[in-house]
Amino acid sequence: MNAPVPSLPTIPSAPLAARPVLRERGQHEVFCGLTGIVWLHRKIQDAFFLVVGSRTCAHLIQSAAGVMIFAEPRFATAILQDQDLAGLTDANDELDRVVGRLLARRPDIKLLFLVGSCPSEVIKLDLSRAALRLSRSNPKVRVLNYSGSGIETTFTQGEDACLASMVPELPTVAAQANDPLMVVGALPDVVEDQFKRLFDALGVPVTFFPPRRSTALPTLAPGTRFLLAQPFLAATAKALEERGAKRLSAPFPFGVEGTRAWLAAATRAFGVSDEHLARVVEPSEQRARTALTQARERLSGKRIFFFPDSQLEVPLARFLSRELNMSLVEVGTPFLHQDHLGPDLAMLPADVTVSEGQDVDRQLERCRAARPDLVVCGLGLANPLEVEGLTTKWSIELVFTPVHGYEQAGDLAELFARPLVRRTRLEV
Amino acid sequence: MQLTVWTYEGPPHVGAMRVATAMRGVHYVLHAPQGDTYADLLFTMIERRQARPPVTYTTFQARDLGKDTAELFKRTARDAYERFKPDLVMVGASCTAELIQDDPAGIGQTIGLPVPVVPVEFSAYQHKENHGASETLYRLVRACTKNGAPRGERPPGPKRCNLLGPTALGFRHRDDVTEVTRLLGQLGVAVNVVAPLGASPADLARLPDADFNVVLYPEVAETTARWLTKVYAQPSVNVVPLGVGATREFVKEVAALAGVDPQPVLDAQLSRLPWYTRSVDSTYLTGKRVFVFGDATHAVAAARIATEELGFTVVGLGTYSRERAREVRAAAAKYGVEALISDDHLEVEETIARLHPELVLGTQMERHTAKRLGVPCAVISAPVHVQDFPARYSPQMGFEGANVIFDTWVHPLMMGLEEHLLTMFREDFEFADGVGASHLGGHAPQAPKLAEPELVAPVVAAPVAASPQPAPVAAAAQAPAGATALAPGWTAEAEKELKKIPFFVRGKAKRNTERFAQERGLSSITLETLYDAKAHFRS
Ligand code: SF4
Ligand code: SF4
Repeated sequence: MNAPVPSLPTIPSAPLAARPVLRERGQHEVFCGLTGIVWLHRKIQDAFFLVVGSRTCAHLIQSAAGVMIFAEPRFATAILQDQDLAGLTDANDELDRVVGRLLARRPDIKLLFLVGSCPSEVIKLDLSRAALRLSRSNPKVRVLNYSGSGIETTFTQGEDACLASMVPELPTVAAQANDPLMVVGALPDVVEDQFKRLFDALGVPVTFFPPRRSTALPTLAPGTRFLLAQPFLAATAKALEERGAKRLSAPFPFGVEGTRAWLAAATRAFGVSDEHLARVVEPSEQRARTALTQARERLSGKRIFFFPDSQLEVPLARFLSRELNMSLVEVGTPFLHQDHLGPDLAMLPADVTVSEGQDVDRQLERCRAARPDLVVCGLGLANPLEVEGLTTKWSIELVFTPVHGYEQAGDLAELFARPLVRRTRLEV
Repeated sequence: MQLTVWTYEGPPHVGAMRVATAMRGVHYVLHAPQGDTYADLLFTMIERRQARPPVTYTTFQARDLGKDTAELFKRTARDAYERFKPDLVMVGASCTAELIQDDPAGIGQTIGLPVPVVPVEFSAYQHKENHGASETLYRLVRACTKNGAPRGERPPGPKRCNLLGPTALGFRHRDDVTEVTRLLGQLGVAVNVVAPLGASPADLARLPDADFNVVLYPEVAETTARWLTKVYAQPSVNVVPLGVGATREFVKEVAALAGVDPQPVLDAQLSRLPWYTRSVDSTYLTGKRVFVFGDATHAVAAARIATEELGFTVVGLGTYSRERAREVRAAAAKYGVEALISDDHLEVEETIARLHPELVLGTQMERHTAKRLGVPCAVISAPVHVQDFPARYSPQMGFEGANVIFDTWVHPLMMGLEEHLLTMFREDFEFADGVGASHLGGHAPQAPKLAEPELVAPVVAAPVAASPQPAPVAAAAQAPAGATALAPGWTAEAEKELKKIPFFVRGKAKRNTERFAQERGLSSITLETLYDAKAHFRS
């Protein structure tokens, strides 16, 4: 391996030099938070997500999910109709009726989320009261609520809102000697299992939140330390901190460097030596470096432009620039959480434009002018940009594919390399 | 409140988008939150359109609500005009914006754009996509003809007609337009304007120049055609040319309106369907039990083709278009079945499971239901899927459309001789249960162990196994025919015989036999009972 992958990044401890951020306010071309249901309903296996919304909301989930027709997915939409808008009492009765029908059909459901949408927010349908009422009338089911509405949440913020709504449910335990680390953020099971094995080998006790079953919630003790696995969990982190938990600051676990630094944040907090960490992760890092070699040849020096989508943009850009030697043109993100993203931001080159929010038409102009080699964007933009001769990578795939950790580093790089490879192959 | 998992139709503003996107020179300014921009991908991914839909969304947020969302709408509309310079601007609201009552229609009139501004308003909590498309076309046509301003003399020359109804994201609209235009050409009838697909506002203004209208998709264009009849005395051709019989009627109606001779076209034998279906090879199609579901126009047409042109037996007929329930009920009555009018896909699934058809003709929704139930299926109607935009020419209408339909519907079924072989040599180990028609390879209807998730919209390329929870999906699906446990009462011998019956009819044979035994108060089912029941249900 000749590529310069530092084994332990030096994360600046000094306050960040204020990086200029381009703040945009115009048309956003991003999904709303309801979209998170698509992966959350598979993650928590005894949970059901009931959106209280309009036909648009149902259609969005169906379209964004690619309509994976499962025997019966664990989500549905209670579509508001004219009659429901007439008076709020009706809407509550209707909700009770719909939930009753649902729970009768799915006795296996232990946790029900009432998910607010733009229409339910605008008519001020109080879903938190509805959740309380329904919890009382259905003692076997825990009923929670959060909003995935597009007026309040952007794409992955739906997961944030969902997890934040679960934080008050986490049981409190007394302070204990080996209070486990809590890893926060929905991860594909395969990735979660890999991390579990690593933490076991490192001797760091660990729990994962959200759990696979709602009946196995991780516990909180005073001073429980947690590590975010996803960069979009601002509200969840805040709710945990309000309950006395302590966030460990780290870059996000993408690529070799990010994963090492992320694990290091945990091992240092748990008194595990850096040497032990290096020994434990050595085989994984070796594999990951090998896996990255080929992609690096293809991606090195290529210019990449990110449209805002999942908030994964900053850590991914860091990975692409430092481990694959890509050159960053613009890194757009719907929200820039300076605190959570601090370590990743600090590792971005100085000359990159970081933009927050969106005015899609103006951003398209910047993108066309820059003619990057690769554009990371949403599905509404990808084909039209391909027609203009740009090469694109659908951003949603980065959310729907296991990309965290050592074993996925190669796959993650490959996701970016494939569209470029495809271009060079085709001769039609 | 209506509990829904999958919807057949989107909200009405998506119908408006289908019209705007189909046209040239139109821009739609939509008051809507950011998530509603998902609708763009329907066009860019499912239909693989090469440009973004001509839609600008205000994407208002919660923090705008207390302030001036109306002002935001104004600004967005002006900016969109400046950027895209359309010939016409449509203004409207999605479901959420409808609730905040900013009156995009009123604002649109007052912002002083130098082009016509056409408000499209629906009640989003009552109506759906097709209604939205229909209303939008109607509003646009009224606006572009200056509300029915008198037209000049019809230009001389051959008779001309308009083709009304094709939109963006329509089920085979692209190819239907080509096919019907060709057919009209064979009759010597010229097409004046196709609308909305490919039309500009100026083209809509020319609609009155035609001698008559052809309504290809009544769901979208019937309202407009009626208005044109009333105001411009343009008659409409009301037969939709789906299937050979309907296409022949269509030819006659057009010929009558155009004053031309239909006979050369009728005599030309332009479809292979009539011969293919008479060929002895097709005998095995006789009496196949089919369930039909789709939008009203396609469902009614499919039931007719199934019965008259393929010799199937319609065992169920339904639609999700409540607006057009009446015509579906009337058709169902003809086939002696009860119409299923429902937009609840679970109800449709239950009905299919209960009726045990041998073929389902439905939408993408029914395709998945059928797959779970192990029944062959062909897709006949929207909602659309990326597969409904094939690279090859593949119309549904006209004589070529009939050819396409013959192939598409017959393909999922067993080939005739193969079916016999399966029956005769049940015990050949390679004919194991779940083996489907050999020409379908791995795609044969299978006894589903797991309902395998599948992508209908194109969106996520990642295989589902890559989604955060690649959990095995509990198959709450209906147990497939043949996989059900035997009810007590079957003798071992009879049970063994039952297993020799091909899996795709075994469920039916089992149920029939049990019903037969029950009705006769028999306590056990023997070999005799099995064959008695078979004879009983044959007669
Ligand atoms: S943006 Fe609002 S109205 Fe649109 S789909 Fe999302 S929650 Fe529903
Ligand atoms: S498996 Fe293949 S043939 Fe069968 S439904 Fe899916 S795509 Fe169609």
